[in-house]
Amino acid sequence: MIDDLPDPLMRVTGLTKLYGRYVGCRDVSFALWPGEVLCVVGESGSGKTTLLNCLSGQLPLTAGKVEYDTRIDGVVDLATLSEAARRLLRRTDWGVVHQNPRDGLRMAVSAGANVGERLMAVGERHYGRIRGEALDWLGRVEIDGGRIDDLPATFSGGMQQRLQIARNLVTRPRLVFMDEPTGGLDVSVQARLLDLMRTLVTELSLSAVIVTHDLAVARLLAHRLMVMYRGEVVETGLTDQVLDDPHHAYTQLLVASILQP
Amino acid sequence: MTTPSTTRAAGYNFAYLDEQTKRSIRRTILKAMAVPGYQAPFGSREMPLPYGWGTGGIQATAAIIGPDDVLKVIDQGADDTTNAVSIRRFFALTAGVRTTERTPEASIIQTRHRIPETKLAAGQIVVLQVPMPEPMRRLEPRETETRKMHALAEYGLMHVKLYEDIAHLGKISTAYDYPVKVNGRYVMAPSPIPKFDNPKLDMSPALQIFAAGREKRIYCLPPYTEVKSLDFDDHPFEIEQWDKACALCGATDSFLDEVIADDAGTRVYVCSDSDHCAERRAAGHIGATPDALAETP
Repeated sequence: MIDDLPDPLMRVTGLTKLYGRYVGCRDVSFALWPGEVLCVVGESGSGKTTLLNCLSGQLPLTAGKVEYDTRIDGVVDLATLSEAARRLLRRTDWGVVHQNPRDGLRMAVSAGANVGERLMAVGERHYGRIRGEALDWLGRVEIDGGRIDDLPATFSGGMQQRLQIARNLVTRPRLVFMDEPTGGLDVSVQARLLDLMRTLVTELSLSAVIVTHDLAVARLLAHRLMVMYRGEVVETGLTDQVLDDPHHAYTQLLVASILQP
Repeated sequence: MTTPSTTRAAGYNFAYLDEQTKRSIRRTILKAMAVPGYQAPFGSREMPLPYGWGTGGIQATAAIIGPDDVLKVIDQGADDTTNAVSIRRFFALTAGVRTTERTPEASIIQTRHRIPETKLAAGQIVVLQVPMPEPMRRLEPRETETRKMHALAEYGLMHVKLYEDIAHLGKISTAYDYPVKVNGRYVMAPSPIPKFDNPKLDMSPALQIFAAGREKRIYCLPPYTEVKSLDFDDHPFEIEQWDKACALCGATDSFLDEVIADDAGTRVYVCSDSDHCAERRAAGHIGATPDALAETP
């Protein structure tokens, strides 16, 4: 039974990040398997975003290590990679979706160029193919192909967020980091985005680490849930299990705080 | 038409700048030559002309010029424009060097926005004035980030710019300051020369120095350096073409300026390189309307 399990895509051991005297996150350990969606929930300041930035190699760790199963070199400790290799990983095998699409998009260039940028960054030099790929991806995230030459600033918030997702997925990454992907969107747009994300994650068998404070997002998307409180993981388990039978006092508070319409 | 050396103006060091400053700039030039296309920072000084008029170029020229040099200065290809005349006079005055309008006779050619039509020879030095040395600045405003991108040779962004051109206009519309890749490594802004001049950068026997005074950067193309203009496989790099010939000398292979010839709005096309045009006329080539600009004062 155990032998049938594939190797984890990412393994985190004792990850600790301190900002001077303050704790960003402390002693976080978990493994993420291919095709698995992990949601990190917790209140503001609980260290969710710090954890995400550490995982995606954008912040150096104070202690612990993050290992990733790369396509070419097998399992590597991210800290041992050169900056060039880390950046390459980030724009090929990974995706990073920011809460505010303006942080993840290039607002000065058209939607097509936004989607095509990663392709050009990995050496695609054929305009027709780049454009074809961009059109295909706009379609997949339900953006009208006629808007391919429009600036993202002319898009609505939900469209910008979907464009950001397309821009990240165009190189077929295996792992996507999302920081509050539905934050700042109204409820109906949120629902549509969640639906789209669920489809894409299944279709492409993506692994994802999603940071959110919205338990509805977690319930819809996540296979597993990790609850953070004051920089530490206080509870972890299958999504339904954690939400239906919360053990830790904070998780109980969190679940009890969901508004019932 | 080389003007003999004059006596230097008293009270100034040779070529205006002090010796230590010139040495420091020469060190930067050597460093920039060692890594073709790399933007080497240097301690740019205040010069007696405004930023944007060639403060970088004038410092590079001052650093490398010697008493035996012959200087040519052009602005948009012409030897007789205000900026060109002023800078030429500046060095005649402070360095007492010989100046010329003839490209083959010059040992140093300081230029803005053009590279002479006449083929350059080994031993000549071209100094280009650069307003914005960073080719990716419009797309990536952070200097820390562009430096990192240069260091790691992450140049996908340059093609985003070209992609935008094609997406909006059907072709690469960038007409000047067309980005190039130097020696297969650094992407470089060739200063606002028309893309017509880009092929002249490639494998040039002359040393080419690019100096930006306000941005405090110097970069170089040593002689015989490979320079490739960026493009797409299905949208290859092309230079401008005209269906007209120069009205004065009849040249069909030079960069043409459109000039309004009289009050009636008659438009003529003439060579932008004034020396090249004059040489051709002296050699007997005549265009369709050789007197087109005779009336202009």
